[in-house]
Amino acid sequence: MKTTEEIKTDLESKTGTSITVQGEALMVPKEKLFDVAKYLKDTPDYQMDYLSSVTGTDYKDGLEVTYHLYSIAKKEGPVVLKTKTDREKGVVPSLTPLWRGAEFQEREAYDLVGIHFEGHPDLRRILMWDGFEHYPLRKDYTQEDQDRNPEQF
Amino acid sequence: MEHTLISKPDFDTQTLEVSLGPQHPSTHGVFRMNVVLDGETIVKLKPVMGYLHRNHEKLAENMSYLGSMPYTDRLDYICSMTNNFAYALAVEKLAGIEVPERAQYIRIIMAELTRLVNHTLLIGFLLNDLGAFFTPVLYAFREREKILDLFEEVAGSRMMCNYFRFGGVKADLTPDFLPRVKELIQNYPRFLDEFEALLSENEILMARTQKVGVLPKELAVSASITGPMLRASGVPYDIRKVDHYSLYDRFKFRVPIGEHGDVYDRYYIRVLEMRESIKILDQAVKEIPSGDVISKVGAGFAKAPRNFKPKAGEAYGRIEAPKGELGFFVVSDGTNKPYRYHVRAPSFINLTILEDMCLGHKVPDAIIILGSIDIVLGEVDR
Repeated sequence: MKTTEEIKTDLESKTGTSITVQGEALMVPKEKLFDVAKYLKDTPDYQMDYLSSVTGTDYKDGLEVTYHLYSIAKKEGPVVLKTKTDREKGVVPSLTPLWRGAEFQEREAYDLVGIHFEGHPDLRRILMWDGFEHYPLRKDYTQEDQDRNPEQF
Repeated sequence: MEHTLISKPDFDTQTLEVSLGPQHPSTHGVFRMNVVLDGETIVKLKPVMGYLHRNHEKLAENMSYLGSMPYTDRLDYICSMTNNFAYALAVEKLAGIEVPERAQYIRIIMAELTRLVNHTLLIGFLLNDLGAFFTPVLYAFREREKILDLFEEVAGSRMMCNYFRFGGVKADLTPDFLPRVKELIQNYPRFLDEFEALLSENEILMARTQKVGVLPKELAVSASITGPMLRASGVPYDIRKVDHYSLYDRFKFRVPIGEHGDVYDRYYIRVLEMRESIKILDQAVKEIPSGDVISKVGAGFAKAPRNFKPKAGEAYGRIEAPKGELGFFVVSDGTNKPYRYHVRAPSFINLTILEDMCLGHKVPDAIIILGSIDIVLGEVDR
């Protein structure tokens, strides 16, 4: 298994993307996310055929999506991809065309964090009900029982 | 499966929409399937979930790291021990906490006992879905009770164990725990033989489950299916073998894989996995060393959980839970609460291909296909 730095250099030369390393993760600009993911999936060096987890996170300066990729064929991993988007109208490309496993997980990230996945076949709320207006995992979301002091738990 | 609408020129046909659930015993909780039927054949199926949604992830972001431990019990409430395990693993990775050897052994014993509970119960409920009302379930419950007694002995609770701590486990084993596990693993194969004698070559079971709900290898991998579902489709991928987490490297066990990827294979793979779990348990109770059950650092934080402030960073910890890959993604910002806490729930993601497996089958087949996925709604909805 290559180190994160080696993967970064390889991806930068092969896909022409500027990537920054954040700990174990590779921060990819959202315009290039699909190409990078496709490269990781199809290149025999990596064969990242298994998308384990998709996580949406609200950082106050933007929304972030984290992807954990593993290779079942080579029993290697993870390669952690990240991408950033705006809070107001956060759009990132959907990876569902590459991995079916992203379908429900992207719906979940859309539902709870409010990230729009472009190219998703069926982007609807999945856990909250239709017509719910907020995104509960955003940091500025206030719960109905917010007056209770969370320190008491 | 290929399907075309029946077309008869002399009369009009139309499809029928049926909403299966949410309050229906076959859905194993509150889960709904919106099904479109042509005659009796399923032509479209959309799962609807979220009835048990309580925003587990948001709750965790508002409390101390250890505060979420009892909440993880309530994800997959059949397997609270493995939920604890995955969460403890993720946080230990985040904070760099070591786990003593005895604690690792205890964790493995608990995880494998949980696998026995889960698979036994699943087979019982699958038979329920097939129409063998409650006799197999009661056989399964009888055995499960014995394991829950063991959990109660060490953790004080039968289902909501809350037994793991960062850096170890809550309490040492009681003196008669290991002899009781030894007795259990001596008797369990006999129970499995009995179960199998009744089921594995049963004509009705075979007729109902073979070639039903076939999941091809490529689709299974691409749809992030994990656990017994994936292995029943013939992909040898077991996180215990791949990630070498905890001390699983020391144990000799095999990873059974299926051939056809149908409901029967998913049933049978669980029987085989239970037999492998018994092997692991057998080795673990023989080799378990004496020593601490929690590291010094971990014990300190278990007493004062709000002082636990891992340095800023993130970690993804995953284990082979009985239902598949259970992962926790935890982001720390240096305070005593996680900034982000995400659960990668196997039950939830394994539902992705429910429609693909059900198309072309009849409604009763959809029920057993859902049963063979092995979902727990506490984990699907979180």
